[in-house]
Amino acid sequence: MRPSNRPRIYGVMAEFDDPTSLVAAAQRAREAGYRRMDGYTPYPIEELHEALHIHDARLTKLVLAGGVAGCVGGYGLQYWVSVIAYPIIVAGRPLHSWPAFIPVTFECTILAAALTAVFGMLALNGLPQPFHPVFNVPRFVQASRNRFFLCIEARDPKFNIDDTRQFMNSLGAREVTVVED
Amino acid sequence: MTERRHEGHGVVDGAASSPVIAPGYTFGSVTDKISSIVLTRGASHGWWLGFLVAFLLANMLFVSLGYLVLKGIGIWGNNQPVAWAFDITNFVWWIGIGHAGTLISAILLLLKQTWRTSINRFAEAMTLFAVACAGIFPLFHTGRPWLAYWMLPIPNTMSVWPQFRSPLIWDVFAVSTYATVSLLFWFVGLVPDLATLRDRSESKIGRVVYGVFALGWRGSARHWQRYDMAYLLLAGLATPLVVSVHTIVSFDFAVAQLPGWHATIFPPYFVAGAIYSGFAMVLTLAIPIRAVYGLEDFITSRHLQNMAKILLVTGLIVAYGYTIEAFMAWYSANTYEEFMMANRMTGPYGFAYWLLILCNVVTPQLLWFRRIRSSVVPLFVISLIVNVGMWLERFVIIVTSLHRDFLPSSWGRYAPTIWDISTYVGTIGLFLALLFLFLRFLPMISIFEMRTILPQAKVKE
Amino acid sequence: MKPTNAPEFWRTLAEHDGADLHELVGDEFASRLPAPPDAVERRSFLKLMGASMAMAGMAGCTRQPPEQIVPYVRQPEEIIPGRPLYYATAMTLGGRASGLLVESHEGRPTKVEGNPLHPASLGATDVFAQGAVLDLYDPDRMQTLTYLGDIRPWSAFLGAMRAIATSAQGAKGAGLRFLTESICSPTLAAQMDELLAHFPSAVWHQWDSAADLNAAAGARLAFGSDASIRYAVDRAAVVVCLDADLLSYGAGHLAYARQFATRRRPENAGIRLYAAESMPSSTGARADHRLPTRASQIEALARQLAADLGVAGVGRAEGLAQETHAWLRAVLNDLNAHRGSSLVVAGEGQPPVVHALAHAMNGALGNAGQTVFYADPIEAHPADQMQSMRDLTGAMNAGQVQALVIISGNPVYTAPADLKFADAMNKVAVRVHLSLHADETSALCHWQVPQAHFLESWSDARAFDGTASIVQPLIAPLYGGRSAHELLAAFSDRPEATAYAVVRQFWQKRHGGADFENFWRQSVHDGVIPDSAMAPRAVSVRTAVFAAAAQVPASGLDVSFRNDPTIYDGRFANNAWLQELPKPLTHLTWDNAVLVSPAMLSRLGGSATPAMTGGERGQIKAPIVEVTYRGRSIRGAMFPVAGHPDQAMTLHLGYGRTRVGHVGTDRGFNANAIRTSDAWSFGTGATVVLTGETFSLACTQYHQLMEGRDLIHVVDRGTMDDRRSTIDELPWMFPAVEYTGYKWGMAIDLNACTGCNACVISCQAENNIPVVGKAEVLRGREMHWLRVDTYHAGPAENPDTYFQPVPCMHCENAPCEIVCPVGATVHSHEGLNDMVYNRCVGTRYCSNNSPYKVRRFNYFLYQDWETPSLQLQRNPDVTVRSRGVMEKCTYCVQRINEAKIDAEKEDRPVRDGEIQTACQSVCPTEAIVFGDIGDPNSRVSKLKGESRDYALLHDLNTKPRTTYLATISDRHPDLDKSK
Repeated sequence: MRPSNRPRIYGVMAEFDDPTSLVAAAQRAREAGYRRMDGYTPYPIEELHEALHIHDARLTKLVLAGGVAGCVGGYGLQYWVSVIAYPIIVAGRPLHSWPAFIPVTFECTILAAALTAVFGMLALNGLPQPFHPVFNVPRFVQASRNRFFLCIEARDPKFNIDDTRQFMNSLGAREVTVVED
Repeated sequence: MTERRHEGHGVVDGAASSPVIAPGYTFGSVTDKISSIVLTRGASHGWWLGFLVAFLLANMLFVSLGYLVLKGIGIWGNNQPVAWAFDITNFVWWIGIGHAGTLISAILLLLKQTWRTSINRFAEAMTLFAVACAGIFPLFHTGRPWLAYWMLPIPNTMSVWPQFRSPLIWDVFAVSTYATVSLLFWFVGLVPDLATLRDRSESKIGRVVYGVFALGWRGSARHWQRYDMAYLLLAGLATPLVVSVHTIVSFDFAVAQLPGWHATIFPPYFVAGAIYSGFAMVLTLAIPIRAVYGLEDFITSRHLQNMAKILLVTGLIVAYGYTIEAFMAWYSANTYEEFMMANRMTGPYGFAYWLLILCNVVTPQLLWFRRIRSSVVPLFVISLIVNVGMWLERFVIIVTSLHRDFLPSSWGRYAPTIWDISTYVGTIGLFLALLFLFLRFLPMISIFEMRTILPQAKVKE
Repeated sequence: MKPTNAPEFWRTLAEHDGADLHELVGDEFASRLPAPPDAVERRSFLKLMGASMAMAGMAGCTRQPPEQIVPYVRQPEEIIPGRPLYYATAMTLGGRASGLLVESHEGRPTKVEGNPLHPASLGATDVFAQGAVLDLYDPDRMQTLTYLGDIRPWSAFLGAMRAIATSAQGAKGAGLRFLTESICSPTLAAQMDELLAHFPSAVWHQWDSAADLNAAAGARLAFGSDASIRYAVDRAAVVVCLDADLLSYGAGHLAYARQFATRRRPENAGIRLYAAESMPSSTGARADHRLPTRASQIEALARQLAADLGVAGVGRAEGLAQETHAWLRAVLNDLNAHRGSSLVVAGEGQPPVVHALAHAMNGALGNAGQTVFYADPIEAHPADQMQSMRDLTGAMNAGQVQALVIISGNPVYTAPADLKFADAMNKVAVRVHLSLHADETSALCHWQVPQAHFLESWSDARAFDGTASIVQPLIAPLYGGRSAHELLAAFSDRPEATAYAVVRQFWQKRHGGADFENFWRQSVHDGVIPDSAMAPRAVSVRTAVFAAAAQVPASGLDVSFRNDPTIYDGRFANNAWLQELPKPLTHLTWDNAVLVSPAMLSRLGGSATPAMTGGERGQIKAPIVEVTYRGRSIRGAMFPVAGHPDQAMTLHLGYGRTRVGHVGTDRGFNANAIRTSDAWSFGTGATVVLTGETFSLACTQYHQLMEGRDLIHVVDRGTMDDRRSTIDELPWMFPAVEYTGYKWGMAIDLNACTGCNACVISCQAENNIPVVGKAEVLRGREMHWLRVDTYHAGPAENPDTYFQPVPCMHCENAPCEIVCPVGATVHSHEGLNDMVYNRCVGTRYCSNNSPYKVRRFNYFLYQDWETPSLQLQRNPDVTVRSRGVMEKCTYCVQRINEAKIDAEKEDRPVRDGEIQTACQSVCPTEAIVFGDIGDPNSRVSKLKGESRDYALLHDLNTKPRTTYLATISDRHPDLDKSK
């Protein structure tokens, strides 16, 4: 990239060959005081989450809420329909024959919880997202194959284009690129 | 997620000797080998031939259903007293087959069975297609299919609501939930691979289409963390679900008081049967597919052997179910139960019963031998036999119970018509057609999960 | 008369010799009526007929007859539920009338009930009366008056008849012959008298294949003069039936069945029934001791019994079986113990001498005047009809007949084969046929005159006891039909006289006086003419006639001929209701069969086996056999009947019709083809061989064993008081539903049911139940809401037989309701198991879960939505179901609501008995009782209070509102099988 009329910067990205060096790099970056950074890998790597201190447990709470809602809603629907909206004698059973209402209640619980899990995850991840700056990096296509990337973002208070690049090079990255925004 | 790290060790996993993936593969080679099936290899003549046959059969299904709606259920052999026959038999058979996918994805995931990785993707696809076929029957077996939406809790001008004490309503909820969750599970699993295909596709259309469905996935660590959590939660939810679905299907019979239906053994015995038929179908599909697409390295003999073991176990559970049915008929000292069992064994449909015993109880005993378990052809044949047996099981339960119940004056018999058969075969066509499309356009093995079981996927301390 | 001085048209006619005419008319008809493809395709044909009907201009419109007809307004309280409008009339069958009340909706007769005031009905009807409505609207009826196939106006016909009359005048009517059925109409008889007075040399022949020829001949033989016989079954403690189906066949059987059932009730004296019979009948099934006996052996048995009873001039019979002797000993013992209160009845299937023996025995037992009464014959002019037929054919062959006027009946089909009636008839120059259908006889006639149905025309008729009724029409002739009165008038000096005028004038002559108008109104209104019954008279039996010893029958097979239980002698062959109505005991529909004992079938090497399609409740593959008797042979399917005597075959008549309509043509085989005048009821020496082919019989209950299940409760009359009710509260995890207000329920008394099936067809008529056709019955899809199950216990040679009518049980814990996903079948607050047709999506789950299998599903569009005439028949109070919905018995909810509305209007509760379900109202034995089980004083509550009361499949805890009363057996101690 040319020094003249340089566009706005999203961050600096380093490419690694294997998960081990990526995790190591992430740890060193964190020790170096960098906070706003993210790793990009072809498969989930537990150690990387730890290295980057990613601990987001909101999803579990969401799913619990969804499940409870489905449960109450499912049973409520059946109770309302059978006892309030259309009360009628069926096979000599009482209007509120709760044992018969359990299966549907259960299914509603599962359904609601499952929907929350998936769409909650997508929402928290901000997906679907048509475009993201990291895709500007030509080699980034390898992130979905066999390459491992670490990107320190410009938003990071400690970020300085030149220092950060030098720091990244010192991590033994196979290549370091500036990610344009 | 500690279990994933353990999967990292999965070259030789557990006691089994043969590996779950052949040595020598890299992240790149795994990715290229699987994605090339979709991206570069294109459609072979064999694929076209298979797809065409399946597609024609599927059209036979549409014709049959069209004529059915035009003329009425009377074109089938159903009558009084045998008001259910092929229709519900096929429904239960398909829904049972549809149980393997979610089971493999969810339960084996929770049980940390890394070998599931290379078969869960098309097992899930198989589930979806089987459930689609299953769904056709409850809908079209009604006398007035165009009014089937009355089974949904929709406010209507008559202000009448579904009758929630009916197992059929439980079915509606169970099956639709199962279909939805299976679809989500399958799609979520696909997202990272779709991203791979997006990045590797040469054609513009490919990039766009795959790109759209990849939802802009970029493999961010933050995403992976939530993704893992969601996937695990789904697995946790799908596990009780898969058990509940066939339990509820079994309620269709167990809740009725017809001798031969009204049995407490039904839920566990149906679930076992479902897994049994499901795995049989996975084997039936996996064995030819791995041969055709040269995936022996990914779907190794280890996989086949494990599935064979599961077949054996579930087969024994099912056999136990048959035994208990017969025992209870005798032990109950209930004249109707006793007669039902005797009639099943020696009545006009006795041949079906003994054939079913041969297929579901006798044949799988061969799987006790490692030699059989580890040789492909016998395994394939056995899996086919089990599929037949499981269909017979449902036929026997439904027809032999209905055709001679309480009042001898109402005894009758049932024989299928050409339309019964064309509808059934048609659904098989639909199933295969969908499967062929899947093989052609989506990665049949989960690429990113295959990467995790490579030795180099492990982070060295 | 000589051709020389013959007027113009004689010669023109003479040009048509029989054969040509046959072809001519034959072709003409063949072209008009294409052969039916298959019963289930009937609808397609009926569409065409619908069009023709529309052209006839009667579609949908209601046509009141011009004369004043009197609605049945003052209904006897608590007998007939309040209905739109009821008219009393009467139906004649075999020369005997039974009174009816016909329901009329906006001028459309839709449903037949019995007339409680009429002695032959007592409020009940048989299946034929129920079917009459469908006959009325039958689109296959002869619709136009034709001459050689060309349509002619009535006036042209009158002209022709006048011409015949005038030309015959010279020879006093020689060459002019009339052939009628048995005439029990006083007016018609008077018209004939008048006519014969006009033409002394004209001859009136009678032939009625539905009449009791043997009974009449038997009376002549015994008393030397014609006499009518009637029984007082309710005064008999012991009844012995000699091949007699006392309870469900012949004149007065409805009344006899009522008397039998009443006396058999536990609180009454009881009545022990013995039956020696060949073909198993309702009577045999209800008998305490049934003895399967070949028809040819009955005479020997009767002689033995007569001799034992000391009837003079009767010698003991030889070679009776051991068990026959044992049976006879018990009978003798009982008869002697009940002199004056016993009854011996001979059946129509037996020759005159057996009837004479029965009369002699009743005489010897002092039963005459006690349990059996003799009176003047019912017909004004009874005739030896067999002789009459012989004379007619003889005359025709001799060319003595110039003009033959056939007034109803179908002699070409029904006449004895040996008379070759058709050939003889072709020698007659002018042939006229007045008929409902263009049948085999019409086909050979120049003039084909459409007859008015009895619901379309005025007439009168006498019942089995002589009681006369005015037959009033409910609707003007749909197809411009004419009645016999009008046809005969054509030969009188008042050719244009209407039936109304003729009938009214006849009774005016009889009953002059100023109050005739009241008398007329009253008679027409009530459906009976007061004090018109025949007075009993004393008779004496000429025992000399018994001198001839019993002809020991030639060894060999018996072949006996019986009128079919549902289509009779074939006159109802085009009635789809009656065709699809399962025949009692055999449960066959749409066909007749060669009925034999199971042993005989297997001995022949044949077997009747259920097919995989339909099976026991649909399709039976039966071997086709060839039956040969005296050189004539027929082919038919052979079907086993438990309790049928060995070495004997029973053939039902009325099938094998070649010209009748699209329902009845070419079904089964024509047994008349081997039925000869000298072996009219049965013959011995027949041969039968398997042809190797098989035939699919549509049978709705082939499996008649109870499989050791607790379905029928039987109590012994001696010990019935010790019985405890079997209905107890079973554990139930839910609180029981509280029913306030009416609680509808039903009790069915198995001790009364004779399995006559009247309830089944009444239900069909009331509830617009479709006919599905043979093809669908074969698939096990017939639609009857109510069925009469038949079960056997004991050896197949001579089993005990039980009938069990099974409607919807209206369970309080209905298994069908719990499984319906859309709430299409739910409970009403009065305990009805309601079926909501328009909510049903047709999952059929309810049927699977109904342990009584009383639900019926519309697999196709079974209802005929097109044919206008059939639309007229429908009951407007009942939904006409469409394809894809489940249906079942509703307890006639439309009748319940009607009564409730009436009650509300009058601000009172519904009275007990005010609501009668369709099955209940026609039941001759009052076996079915419906009412409010919440009211302890209602009849149904009282019945359910009896210890005989039990619930079918009680242990399923469905709490059925319909329960059964155990049947009572009353065995003779010496014969008691259980000892």
